[in-house]
Amino acid sequence: MFVEAGHFALALALGLSLIQFVVPLWGARANDPVLMSVGRATSLAVFVCIAFSFLALTVAYVTSDFSVVNVVANSHSAKPLIYKISGVWGNHEGSMLLWVLILALFGAVVALARNSIPLRLQANTLAMQGAITIAFLLFILLTSNPFTRSVPAPAEGQDLNPLLQDPGLAIHPPLLYIGYVGFSVSFAFAIAALIDGRIDAVWARIVRPWTLGAWAFLTLGIAMGSYWAYYELGWGGWWFWDPVENASLMPWLAGTALLHSTVVMEKRDALKVWTILLAILTFSLSLLGTFLVRSGVLTSVHSFAVDPERGTFILGILILIIGGSLALFAWRAPLLKQGGLFAPVSREGALVVNNLFLATACATVLIGTLYPLALEVLTGEKISVGAPFFNFTFLPLIVPLLLLLPLGQTLAWKRGNFLGTAQRLYAVFGVSLIATMALFAFEYGGPVAAPLGIGLGVYLVLGSLNEIVTRSWSRGTPLSVAWRRAANLPRSTWGAVLAHAGVGLTVIGIAATAWGVEGLATIRSGERVKAGDYEARLERVMPRIEANYREDVAVFTIFRQGQELGSLESMKRLYVTRGMPTTEAGIMTVGLGQVYVSLGEVAADGSVGVRLYYKPLVLLIWIGALVMALGGGVSLMDRRLRIGAPARAKMAPSAAVPAE
Amino acid sequence: MTRKQRRLTLIGFAGAILAIALGLVLYAMNDTIVFFNSPADIQAKNVPPGTRIRLGGLVKEGSIQRGDDQQITFEVMDAQSEIRVHYQGLLPDLFREGQGVVAEGVLESATVFRADSVLAKHDENYMPREVADTLKKQGHWQGEANAAPKTQ
Repeated sequence: MFVEAGHFALALALGLSLIQFVVPLWGARANDPVLMSVGRATSLAVFVCIAFSFLALTVAYVTSDFSVVNVVANSHSAKPLIYKISGVWGNHEGSMLLWVLILALFGAVVALARNSIPLRLQANTLAMQGAITIAFLLFILLTSNPFTRSVPAPAEGQDLNPLLQDPGLAIHPPLLYIGYVGFSVSFAFAIAALIDGRIDAVWARIVRPWTLGAWAFLTLGIAMGSYWAYYELGWGGWWFWDPVENASLMPWLAGTALLHSTVVMEKRDALKVWTILLAILTFSLSLLGTFLVRSGVLTSVHSFAVDPERGTFILGILILIIGGSLALFAWRAPLLKQGGLFAPVSREGALVVNNLFLATACATVLIGTLYPLALEVLTGEKISVGAPFFNFTFLPLIVPLLLLLPLGQTLAWKRGNFLGTAQRLYAVFGVSLIATMALFAFEYGGPVAAPLGIGLGVYLVLGSLNEIVTRSWSRGTPLSVAWRRAANLPRSTWGAVLAHAGVGLTVIGIAATAWGVEGLATIRSGERVKAGDYEARLERVMPRIEANYREDVAVFTIFRQGQELGSLESMKRLYVTRGMPTTEAGIMTVGLGQVYVSLGEVAADGSVGVRLYYKPLVLLIWIGALVMALGGGVSLMDRRLRIGAPARAKMAPSAAVPAE
Repeated sequence: MTRKQRRLTLIGFAGAILAIALGLVLYAMNDTIVFFNSPADIQAKNVPPGTRIRLGGLVKEGSIQRGDDQQITFEVMDAQSEIRVHYQGLLPDLFREGQGVVAEGVLESATVFRADSVLAKHDENYMPREVADTLKKQGHWQGEANAAPKTQ
């Protein structure tokens, strides 16, 4: 009964979102404040309906209600509770439901931020959110209904794909979706501005926190996905340039560009048309990502079921939303008042350079991702575009961007002085150069990429922190004064510094992978496998039985230069219901590096195939991403974004946290 | 700087970055792309030895041989022909005789292939798509007995 109520609530949400789309749009056109404010109430109601529907599905999962097809196909009564809950979105139907739930959540938060957004802009924005909700609710109800009953109900379910039975599933999709879907708000604001034909610095200030929040969550989501793939797949890699990864990287690149162009628009009232276009493109890339992952055109662990009807439907939504918004852009953008041009050597000029590099890099990833699909459709030839392509095209575009980053961050607005700026970075140049040389000397004969990359990372970290130093300290300033000044710098400055330093940390982590070593051997108990200074001794292999799987556990003792560091366990599991084997890598963290042991087959005579990796500084890759997201969060707390200019006193506290 | 000069600087800079990117993409397209072939394709197209390809097909029953330190050889076959694959490393969990597999590496001769990575299906429901398509084309597709849950 509860399940049918969930289904009904979803249909009701569809009806309500139709109202959310039509009435406020009409109200804005007729200039009727009552009709315009209908958008608020309906978007709250849509959220409540979808949340109820999501709850109904969750209850069906938790209680293992095997009269629901979706639960049968993806759950099992012996599955641990956390995987019963996260299993709700560990399948196609449920993950789409999570998608619209987050979409509706954002609509509701926009509706609650009533005092900080002009009514007309809010009405148009909510109408656009309504339009997107309609498309995806139709998709769910017509092609991917999670509430279909199964008659007769089987006694037991078919269990969740074992690769997904991991705490990662509880964290990665929600974070990623908040990022993806968060860009729908920037998109809706951009379309609303086009409809209204008006856009100014106020618009930029309203939109920026939404973009910032979405970006921070997308950063976390991608990093989490990368770490999950790293420890779960057992190949020891953290990024594979797999099309599904690219699908999340593209909106991130476009979103990063959008974040920076909005700053220019807010401060200098320029780059308006470009910012609008970027907002449209960023969300379009999010939709493209959803299409690539959900339609089954790509085979990966993310494509749960291949069904051509769904692919066609999502393609339809994609064409309608992207085509429609770009057509609207082509029609209305020339009417927007252009902002001024500015000097090439200035902060805004540097941000334009940032946008050019990011947009171009994003385009190369797009080409590399779509080219194989296009070629297969046109000629039937099957090709794979892998890491070599992306390393060759993406890196040459990103490295110059990173080299220019601290310079751009240090340049003054309006009219910068290149030499003067470089002067302020002399110390940073010097230290990074010395660090690079020292690493060269120390690791003489090792890979060249590592010292160079680490030097670049050090330069990025110091270059970002330099801004705090130069703004709060000059020769002769007492330390206490400098400290106070630094603490009083705007939060958005601290946010930018942290985010850029995070990029540097990630670059160091990536560069250090060049120092990684690995060893491969077939060994028995008591024998060792060696990788560089590290050795793993196989102690024993023992069987273990858990609720829904059984496993062979290999216990290893890890040595560095003969000195014992401790022990770790690698597992070879067999999930009984699906008869599917998986490998769980054993990982030991040593400082910021990790020792990683992956198991091959366990032979009848007790010998085991073992691959041992040592990955120095590998954790920095993800720590850097965390610091980037933290920077986004700190920036969100900036006073400028916190206080809505028109309604300082009435500001509701709920409006202050747009990212949630 | 006049307005016109500023605009030209911007356009020039944008043009330069785009040109560099286009050059990189075109060059990489020639150099780094790997074609997918079945054993029959290799014979039909006369793929020269030394070419980097992705080889896909079924692992022939009884063809797996294991040597020291994870040296493995097996045969990949389709309806028409087969090819011997050498690989050193850990095989994926779902690597089985009679199942679909995709190996990436270098063709050493018309019948020998040295793989540096081996991929099998990512879960029990699906064949690698390329392999499924090839089998369908050759008329050997029986559908997978225990294919995707019938309820989906």
